[in-house]
Amino acid sequence: MSVTVSIPTPLRNFTGGRDAVAVVGTTVGQVLDELLAAHTGLKRHLVQDDGRLRTFVNLYLNDTDIRQLASTSTPVAEGDVLTIVPSIAGGSPATETALPKLSHAEVLRYSRHLLLPEVGVEGQRKLKAARVLTIGAGGLGSPLSLYLAAAGVGTIGIVDFDVVDLTNLQRQIVHGTSTLGHSKLESAKARLTDLNPNVNVVGHEGRLTSENALDIIRDYDIVVDGTDNFPTRYLVNDACVLLGKPNVYGSIFRFEGQASVFHAKEGPCYRCLYSEPPPPGLVPSCAEGGVLGVLPGIIGSIQALETIKWIIGAGDSLVGRLVLFDALKLRFRELKLRKDPSCPICGEHPTIHELIDYQAFCGIGAEPDYAGVEINVEDFRREREQKGDDLVLIDVREPHEWEIAHIEGARLIPLSQLPDRLGELDGHAEIVTHCHHGARSLKALEILRGAGFGKVRSLAGGIDAWAEQAEPGMARY
Amino acid sequence: MTLRLPGALADEIRRHGEGAYPAECCGAMIGRADGAAKEVVRLSPAVNRRTDDPHRYLIAPDDLRRLEREVQEAGQEIVGYYHSHPDHPARPSAFDAEHAWPWYSYLIVRIDRGRGADLASWVLDDERPLMHPESLDVLSEV
Repeated sequence: MSVTVSIPTPLRNFTGGRDAVAVVGTTVGQVLDELLAAHTGLKRHLVQDDGRLRTFVNLYLNDTDIRQLASTSTPVAEGDVLTIVPSIAGGSPATETALPKLSHAEVLRYSRHLLLPEVGVEGQRKLKAARVLTIGAGGLGSPLSLYLAAAGVGTIGIVDFDVVDLTNLQRQIVHGTSTLGHSKLESAKARLTDLNPNVNVVGHEGRLTSENALDIIRDYDIVVDGTDNFPTRYLVNDACVLLGKPNVYGSIFRFEGQASVFHAKEGPCYRCLYSEPPPPGLVPSCAEGGVLGVLPGIIGSIQALETIKWIIGAGDSLVGRLVLFDALKLRFRELKLRKDPSCPICGEHPTIHELIDYQAFCGIGAEPDYAGVEINVEDFRREREQKGDDLVLIDVREPHEWEIAHIEGARLIPLSQLPDRLGELDGHAEIVTHCHHGARSLKALEILRGAGFGKVRSLAGGIDAWAEQAEPGMARY
Repeated sequence: MTLRLPGALADEIRRHGEGAYPAECCGAMIGRADGAAKEVVRLSPAVNRRTDDPHRYLIAPDDLRRLEREVQEAGQEIVGYYHSHPDHPARPSAFDAEHAWPWYSYLIVRIDRGRGADLASWVLDDERPLMHPESLDVLSEV
């Protein structure tokens, strides 16, 4: 039987612009199969993965909805007309539970918010009801938790395991000199509740891991990622995708920063942007590479802003956009991000359905190669006393780091120059490489060993460990 | 593609949304389309067949068939649909995207505490169920 299938306007792109197609079959189901076989682009719009018709697709045989006939088994006759009719449906996100009321003191405190129609009483009550989890109370976590607390976000969860160190205070403004040596959670909690006692600050002491991430994140509406390392960043991303939560991303390095909002329900996730982590050691951390103190203030504030916008539903979010900031040029750039259909966690055929081992994924922990190639400060000092100049010490840091402090008798060859300056070194010499904390010197060691140097070791803990254990008068940074 | 919407019709959509508040309003946008733009010449407010949940709308297929016939006879076509988001941003919800059809413009108007606010138009991505914003020209009357 030849049946005419009438195609609605939105689907004509898939039938070469034709509004009707002749298809042969004996039942509605057969006609449909033939139609989809001839025009494969129609498939994903008309049927679900399991092959059944989508609920908002209606088929009329002549003038009757096939649901009132025998559905797809309805027989068709020569000359019948099968019409595809869309149901048009939609709606705003599900009804919210009743929002908490504001006290008179809160109305006064948030008056500058209440004056903005985009926030207003409703938005301020949404902020009060909101539960935000910040990962890390460091450079990014400081400004963002301060602004979230000041803005009146009702519950702020913080995950951190660290203690406040003097080197933190150049940028981690939620902490202070009076809380040096205290846990960052305690320190942040004291400052945030001083800023706004209405805020409930919930501390999650410890590292975020594959074991605890889902349980911690589940209780929050939105996650703000202020981490400084790749394993945690992928962990936060994956946990947010699995739980369907938005993830407000920020990262900083030296003078540059990035920010975006990853929400797999609406757009791409972090894996769509960076499917694989960089090789370990390739991207130096802030501890190795340095960071301008104001930079996390800017990127962390953008994260706070996006979080607040998301909560109150104002403006255009950063979903699908990556903002790049260059502090030295004072320039913002924007990249459009697209969802990757082959993304292993949020794509069409995801292969990741649960959290994995992120240390292994990022190649960290796969470093037993280094076992035995490091020498600790004490052994190094002893050997150096015995061997004198026969033990060559190479400092692979940058010249500006050398200026801050260096070990007497060391030779400065920055890591980036090392491959070109191998000729300056005696191939038979016993060499110890060192850097700030011991990561770059392992890279240097690999370069030297790869070039045939046989007796190379790396100073564990770098000049920082040296200053602590061997030369207390030396400046640390 | 760009969606061209006369300012008077944009106001009409806002008023429809205000009238339906706190429930959602919905309707069809009728006009002409060429390769580069869709132009709305009139609206056809629809009956929201979802009365169980104020955060949902549904235009029934029978209503739509009737409308399509009428529109075709007038030599026009349905270029998209509008609906309101009471106290929610003018961007598609997951439910909107799940139910969207290709090519049509989905215009969303935010109704802010009973008052018509911003409008934005969205189109279904090739990779459904994602939607991307479409450029919207609200034409001012001369």
